[in-house]
Amino acid sequence: MSKDIRIKKGLDLKLKGEAEKQLSDVARSKVYAIKPSDFHGVVPKMILKEGTTVKAGETIFFSKKDEAVKFVSPVSGTIQEIIRGEKRVILEIRILADSQDVHLEHSKKNPKTLSSSEVREHLLASGCWPFIKQRPYDVVANSVDEPRAIFVSGINSAPLEGDLDFVLKEKKEVLEAGFSALTKLTSGKVHVTVSPKSDFMPSVEGVVIHKGKGVHPVGLVSTQIAKIDPINKGEKVWTVQIEDVAIIGELFLTGKFNPERIIALTGSGFEKPSYVKALINAQINDVVAGNLKEGNYRIISGNVLTGDKKSKEDSLGFYHNQVTVIPEGDDYDFFGWNIPRPNKFSVYRANMFSFLTPKKKYDLNTNTNGEHRGFVLTGEYEKVCPLDIYPMQLLKAILVKDIDQMEALGIYEVAPEDFALTEYVCVSKQDHQKIVREGLDIMIKEVG
Amino acid sequence: MGLKQNLHNLKEKYRGTKFEQGFNALHTFLYLPNITTHSGAHVRDAADLKRVMNTVIMAMVPVLIFGMFNAGYQHNLAINGVAEFLTMDNFVVGLKKILPLLVVSYGVGLGIEFIFATVKKHEVEEGYLVTGMLVPLIVPIDLPLWMLAVAVAFGVIIAKELFGGTGMNVLNPALTIRAFLFFNWAAWMSGDKVWVHGAVDGITKMNGVDAISGETILGTLAANRPVTYSLQDMFFGFIPGSVGETSTFLILLGGAFLIFTGIGSARIMISSIVGAIVMGIIFNSLAGTLMPALGMGEAVSGVIGTGSKFFGLMSFPFWQHLMVGGLAFGIVYMATDPVSASQTNRGKIIYGFLIGFLSILIRVFNPAYPEGVMMAILLMNVFAPTIDHYVVQANVKRRMKRLKTQTA
Repeated sequence: MSKDIRIKKGLDLKLKGEAEKQLSDVARSKVYAIKPSDFHGVVPKMILKEGTTVKAGETIFFSKKDEAVKFVSPVSGTIQEIIRGEKRVILEIRILADSQDVHLEHSKKNPKTLSSSEVREHLLASGCWPFIKQRPYDVVANSVDEPRAIFVSGINSAPLEGDLDFVLKEKKEVLEAGFSALTKLTSGKVHVTVSPKSDFMPSVEGVVIHKGKGVHPVGLVSTQIAKIDPINKGEKVWTVQIEDVAIIGELFLTGKFNPERIIALTGSGFEKPSYVKALINAQINDVVAGNLKEGNYRIISGNVLTGDKKSKEDSLGFYHNQVTVIPEGDDYDFFGWNIPRPNKFSVYRANMFSFLTPKKKYDLNTNTNGEHRGFVLTGEYEKVCPLDIYPMQLLKAILVKDIDQMEALGIYEVAPEDFALTEYVCVSKQDHQKIVREGLDIMIKEVG
Repeated sequence: MGLKQNLHNLKEKYRGTKFEQGFNALHTFLYLPNITTHSGAHVRDAADLKRVMNTVIMAMVPVLIFGMFNAGYQHNLAINGVAEFLTMDNFVVGLKKILPLLVVSYGVGLGIEFIFATVKKHEVEEGYLVTGMLVPLIVPIDLPLWMLAVAVAFGVIIAKELFGGTGMNVLNPALTIRAFLFFNWAAWMSGDKVWVHGAVDGITKMNGVDAISGETILGTLAANRPVTYSLQDMFFGFIPGSVGETSTFLILLGGAFLIFTGIGSARIMISSIVGAIVMGIIFNSLAGTLMPALGMGEAVSGVIGTGSKFFGLMSFPFWQHLMVGGLAFGIVYMATDPVSASQTNRGKIIYGFLIGFLSILIRVFNPAYPEGVMMAILLMNVFAPTIDHYVVQANVKRRMKRLKTQTA
């Protein structure tokens, strides 16, 4: 049954630098770098050595824990270098790209006529499996599990995130194929939540479409799961980003793994915030080419709340559809802890007057605006957390590694991204997302 | 670059030395530090703990200044029988007495914080900025400074640092300091000789004046004598009492400011007031004075007769209880301390209600010490985690129930 979700507890951070609805191509990168750290918890086992040539879509490594889960090259070319860190952990696999892609050809398939295991095989063989993530724990799904349901968010509510109506406007056909494939993977439903005005969603049998409105985090899939059909202990559900459903759909329609994304270039650091087409793992330098302002800026792959800090030489994150560039805040501010600052935003009215201008867009920088402290204020996290969870109590349970308490307080229902807003409003400047990630990792280790 | 660059260089120089924490405390007071985010949310709210604590201090400044005027006013009133309130003389008398209290409170407290921060190698935390301001406001004006110093040391070390510092304490440090003073030097913290500057015997005799009465309204009531102050005096605070507790009006303004800024908990404040009113109404009913307290009708003979030693306080109209003694001050500035209060929204309502309820209960039944709010808050500080436990358990049970219906 379709539900209407309305989120009031949350926060829409209004930032400068929204992407204009203009799409351009970017030059092909010379090097594409895959980072295993994008896939949390996956220990890579290399198949190919340095110097071998690969086709686009050809497997480079697989997961040691779940050998059926394969990770493929986004482009055709030569494996230039495997960069290792301490204890020979693979940090990055750099692929020198050919000038034109030669794809590994799979056969075209109609997902509607395939069996569940055929769809599964196809996704695993083609390298599309890592798009599917599992809750609890927010990790790549196990290849042998059957989820209770699959959830897809069709709303982008994080700061400056791309407009899905623009990104997906010509993707109805591939989305239909993609969703048809997903319905084969679960005996339950595939739930998609879209905003009431969106019209990119095709109607597919087995897919329930929900309407969601309100403030961020309405677009986060945990919020939608909690409102539609919450996760219980022992259950597994899967989530896929809607842009990735399109990539899966294209695989079935064309027989090719085409890792092309429409990336929203956002933030005040861009001359002209807009959209570009780029391949997964493209070098950020090429993606943002000619568009960056001069100055001391931070490049973030993803949005300002959950993205990863990157340098220009780094590659786009595997799951990211956005690059945000905002000013660095590595400077002192004279009596900045005390004096009202019109260029900063606060949800509190503690000598800050941003509550007077609710529609103003801010150019926030990366300064923490204070030092790390113990938890002091209470009741503030609840105002930005729509989940039926006590955020501070859960964070404290994680800090003391109390597994029973974590479980009782609902750790199975959360992902790090759900604590991005509580992290934003935290006056004690604690790193909530990092704490939650550690908590989830403890649970993986102890409970599995 | 001047100062900013020089301080930055000094910070680098002191990094890793024993001066690091002390220097950083002073440095971050002058400059918001240059720390940036690394992962997670790359932007953060403009408010930090310093800004929050500063807001609480701002909410107390009017009370502090009023307290200085009132100290001089009560002093002159006691000596001369009549006095103006807003005179420079009053202010100076108050300033001379209260400034040393403030200096000792901050000096001793922050000194200990600096030492602990240096030894434990963590940054100096801001919690004491508020405690240090609270302490002079909740003690009698003539309290000897050495007593204050000893009490502050006790409160900061035992109630706070031993538990792990700001954010970890179970009891409100300011109230622990006051409780320490009360139980060690009761003669300086209660009775009718301490609430007006100069009322302590020794001093008045030196001045050649006979005893000044410095009795609080609660003291008068406990002795079953009629209150001589007008309602206006009580509400605006032209009455004897601890330095900052007298003006209900300014405390209400401070409370409204704290709620407006999003720092103080409206849940705790309002439920405390409700709790105090409920207990007050119960006592008024027992004493048979509920009707006159409401301004309609005559007193009837209640369960508690006029001869009872509790009659004075019990018959005192319930809504006037809110305006005398430290109740309002305790509710607004100390019950709302987020660290020692309940931390869940529902818990805050229970916690606040019980503070108000118990305050009046203790106030009425302990005529020897008719100030209940301190004990009520400390007691509820101890029970706050228990309240939270049961509130959180409701959430846990809901989750368990969902699991059962799912698997059934």
